[in-house]
Amino acid sequence: MPSPIIRIDNITKSYGPLTVLDGLSIDVMPGEKLALIGPSGSGKTTILRILMTLEKINGGHIEVDGDQLYHMPNAGRLVAADERHLQKMREKIGMVFQHFNLFPHKCVLDNITLAPMLTKGVAKAAAEARAMELLDMVGMADKAKSMPAQLSGGQKQRVAIARALALSPKIMLFDEVTSALDPELVEEVLNVMRKLAAETDMTMLLVTHEMGFAHDFADRVLFFDRGKIVEEGKPDDMFRNPRQERTQTFLRKIIAAGHRV
Amino acid sequence: MIDWSGYIGLILQGALVTIELTIMGSALALVMAFAAGLGRLSRFLAVRTLATVYIEFFRGTSIFVQLFWVYFVLPFAGVTLTPLQAGVLALGLNVGAYGAEVVRGAVRAIGREQHEACVALNLGRYHRMRHVILPQALPLMLPTFGNNAIELLKGTAVVSLISLTDMTFQAQVVRAQTGSTLIPFATILILYFAMACAISAGVRWLERRASRGLDGVRV
Repeated sequence: MPSPIIRIDNITKSYGPLTVLDGLSIDVMPGEKLALIGPSGSGKTTILRILMTLEKINGGHIEVDGDQLYHMPNAGRLVAADERHLQKMREKIGMVFQHFNLFPHKCVLDNITLAPMLTKGVAKAAAEARAMELLDMVGMADKAKSMPAQLSGGQKQRVAIARALALSPKIMLFDEVTSALDPELVEEVLNVMRKLAAETDMTMLLVTHEMGFAHDFADRVLFFDRGKIVEEGKPDDMFRNPRQERTQTFLRKIIAAGHRV
Repeated sequence: MIDWSGYIGLILQGALVTIELTIMGSALALVMAFAAGLGRLSRFLAVRTLATVYIEFFRGTSIFVQLFWVYFVLPFAGVTLTPLQAGVLALGLNVGAYGAEVVRGAVRAIGREQHEACVALNLGRYHRMRHVILPQALPLMLPTFGNNAIELLKGTAVVSLISLTDMTFQAQVVRAQTGSTLIPFATILILYFAMACAISAGVRWLERRASRGLDGVRV
């Protein structure tokens, strides 16, 4: 039995008086595809943001790939991680955002090659060759020289996925990556993610409102409400026979709102 | 009948001094604007404080007083400057303080999502600023920088007070010698205006270049 690649241990997160996560623990196995579902404000996006070090935690520990994320050993004790430690840890993790967050002043190719060249010292030619491979994989090779503003939402998101992959992270975080897209553009992004899941053994955490996709994509589904895991299980069990009433209510509502399962 | 050609030549000599002051003053102002503007965004309190003190002091006192300090008071501290050096220093420091707020505002206008993308891509602070934030902030700064440069150009007239023979100084010389106010002051009016137009055109060109591909769209 391999050990978990992510071990979230009793973390708390609050914004002032508002507690978003309260004593949350999750283990994620290497290569696992995990879907986080639940109503808005339930804390699922916060978990991804915490893993990407975009939000600090107020308590608890997170271990990623054998090392503490927010702590580091110092003279036999665990102390708060410094920027250098965080940079080392971030190498293991990539993230794709709801609103793409491409660099608008750089063409598609430069968006992808920037970080490998600056953070890993990859030579320009090698970085571009790798970027073209990735663009090919997401079906955007012919747009390498386009500016982000010239692309549709779905195209932007596919570029953003390629950009995150260029750093070869072990863990990929997808934060509602189709929520900002027109309905007809959703499928092209989901197809890229299906391909990615099939062709790599990356660990993937997915926050989504696309229940049908979560069902097909995930090995395990966690249903969140108010910062706690209400129910978790295999997609078939979760979507066909949810045990908890809150899960049932949520799924009923989201189906009524037009999302297919 | 007055022979104007010699007098106009005098004013043109003054115009060269004005241009020199404007270019060198703008260069210093630009350096100070970035140093103090980014300094105010520093994570170190000491740097932020230093930048804030500089900005507030030079914005809060008049260029006239600053110039007198630089030229007449600094020598008591053992620093003697030529009138040109003193003029460039006072103008550059003064306008740089305004420019610093422009730099700070433009950098802060770049959305949080760009910073977050940088964190997710593991870019360090320097790379973030150099490759992502500043290239997007620059087009936002340029229009106001153009304003500041024109302000600086017009501000150069005060250096005549420390005996620097700029355009305004020469116009007064011509006025004193010929008794005509209209001709010398009409001449420098046109020259100042032409210089300001040149600055505007140059900044517009830079704006087009810097925002190429951005199309005013934030992604």
